[in-house]
Amino acid sequence: MSAVRRPAGQLLLYALLIFFAAYYLTPIYMLLITALKPFDKVGVLQMWDLPTSLYLDNWARALPLMAPNFWNSVIITVPAALISSMIGSLNGYVFAKWKFRYSNLIFMLILFGIFLPYQGILIPLVQVLTFVHLYGSIAGLIFVHCVFGMPITALIFRSYYATVPRDLLDAGRIDGAGFFGLYWWIMLPIAAPGFAVALIWQFTNIWNDFLLGVVVLSNPRLAPITVAINNLAGSYSVEWNLQMAAAILAAAPTVIVYLLLGRLFMRGLLAGAMKG
Amino acid sequence: MVITPSVLAVLVFIYAFIAWTFYISVINWNDVTPDLTFVGLQNFVRLFHTPRFITDLRNTAVFSIFFLGQCLGIGLLLAILLDQKLKGEAFFRTVYVLPFAVSAIVTGVAWKWLMVPSSGINAIFGAVGLTFLQNKWFADPNIGIIATSIAGAWQMSGYTMALYLAGLRGVPGELRDAARIDGANGFQYYRYIAIPMIMPVTFSAMVILGTISLRLFDLPASMTGSGPAFATDSPAFFMFETTFSQYRYSTGAAIGVVMLILAVGLIVPYFFTIKDEIER
Repeated sequence: MSAVRRPAGQLLLYALLIFFAAYYLTPIYMLLITALKPFDKVGVLQMWDLPTSLYLDNWARALPLMAPNFWNSVIITVPAALISSMIGSLNGYVFAKWKFRYSNLIFMLILFGIFLPYQGILIPLVQVLTFVHLYGSIAGLIFVHCVFGMPITALIFRSYYATVPRDLLDAGRIDGAGFFGLYWWIMLPIAAPGFAVALIWQFTNIWNDFLLGVVVLSNPRLAPITVAINNLAGSYSVEWNLQMAAAILAAAPTVIVYLLLGRLFMRGLLAGAMKG
Repeated sequence: MVITPSVLAVLVFIYAFIAWTFYISVINWNDVTPDLTFVGLQNFVRLFHTPRFITDLRNTAVFSIFFLGQCLGIGLLLAILLDQKLKGEAFFRTVYVLPFAVSAIVTGVAWKWLMVPSSGINAIFGAVGLTFLQNKWFADPNIGIIATSIAGAWQMSGYTMALYLAGLRGVPGELRDAARIDGANGFQYYRYIAIPMIMPVTFSAMVILGTISLRLFDLPASMTGSGPAFATDSPAFFMFETTFSQYRYSTGAAIGVVMLILAVGLIVPYFFTIKDEIER
């Protein structure tokens, strides 16, 4: 409903919209300008000044410093997002189309995993990972992300499959397809949009994770980039230009995915809030 | 009955681990080597007599109030503004949700720099004559946690806007038309029709933002740590230090149990309200 049609109202509306755009963009602007300044120009008194020239030395230092951890994040995030989406596509199918007694209760018990404060399970998690020799390894962190990514991927796929008509499954059954046949021949081939949403969501969440990374992989050499950024902030505390350049590297992949695939990103966002 | 192995795995990882954490919280494992002596609720009693933990609980409450207030207020305002079907909507929406794609760690690094007491946003407030808003942010024990909530709301208020906008777009067109025919203006339409209709969105958003407040960890870790006099400490941060730096596992487990109970208190009523949606 259009509340505002008069020119003065329109002007106020745009003024507010632009004010809030500035609010959201200011920290990003600050990251960018600080990352392009030499150390002697990042003092608190000049922090709002634009860089006078493009100074790229921060990047020459931040890149080699962050590259190993950036790569760790890649090899953690990509397999974990893929595997948790694949598992989710099967579980979403089960919860959408194979209703049994207590299946809704079990689904809700799993959904609690989305909101679970991990502090309530971290100690047994570390004990079990240590016992199976996965603690402190990249494989261990991938495994943890797969397990705790399952509730949200099951939810995303369940909402997606709910839109698949029963008739399609019944037709498959008449042709003799069973549980896996229906999944493989009917659900999976049309699941591409569901996969896109789940993959983007998992990619963003796992890339941005800090808590599980710092607990499972505290070794600075193996740590994901969020953990490395945090360590960097501690050890180079005055070199804001270097910190900001590193922070931009850490933020770039998810921001680029968001800008390119915003519509799918939004669908994940709404599904996660059970509003999809 | 079909249950996949991964469903079983998740149930074990969540619920057996929760049970195991409860068990650790009632033994005396407060050193590197496990001590399995049963001590009942002693860890909890000690915890609630620890000033840092009481401060943390207060911080959680204050953070929740300010974080939810900002997210819901800004989120609803922006959703209504964007609901006016104006030119450039896609641009503004993209900008508003952008921080949600950025990690809390990067958010913390950026806001720590912006909240440097001698410059940053204080300099902006000075330049536009709002000097009364200038303060020491997270360096001030009295408002440190509010400073943290400002960084958190920067990240999540656009997300809240997206939830509200989806809600507003779901209000049936006939209701808008009916309101217009009855002579309702825009303000009246939102006040009396749209906002009451999207109450379920407000409720979901409160639960989601509430659990985020409860789990607050990344922002303190990247901004200030515990801060002066634990001003920006959180139960999650305390739990992490207790468990993984001091090896007081049973005390860490007790903090985890308190957090779990608080989370259940938020989630269970929420699940009752979405039960029908789930059971479709």
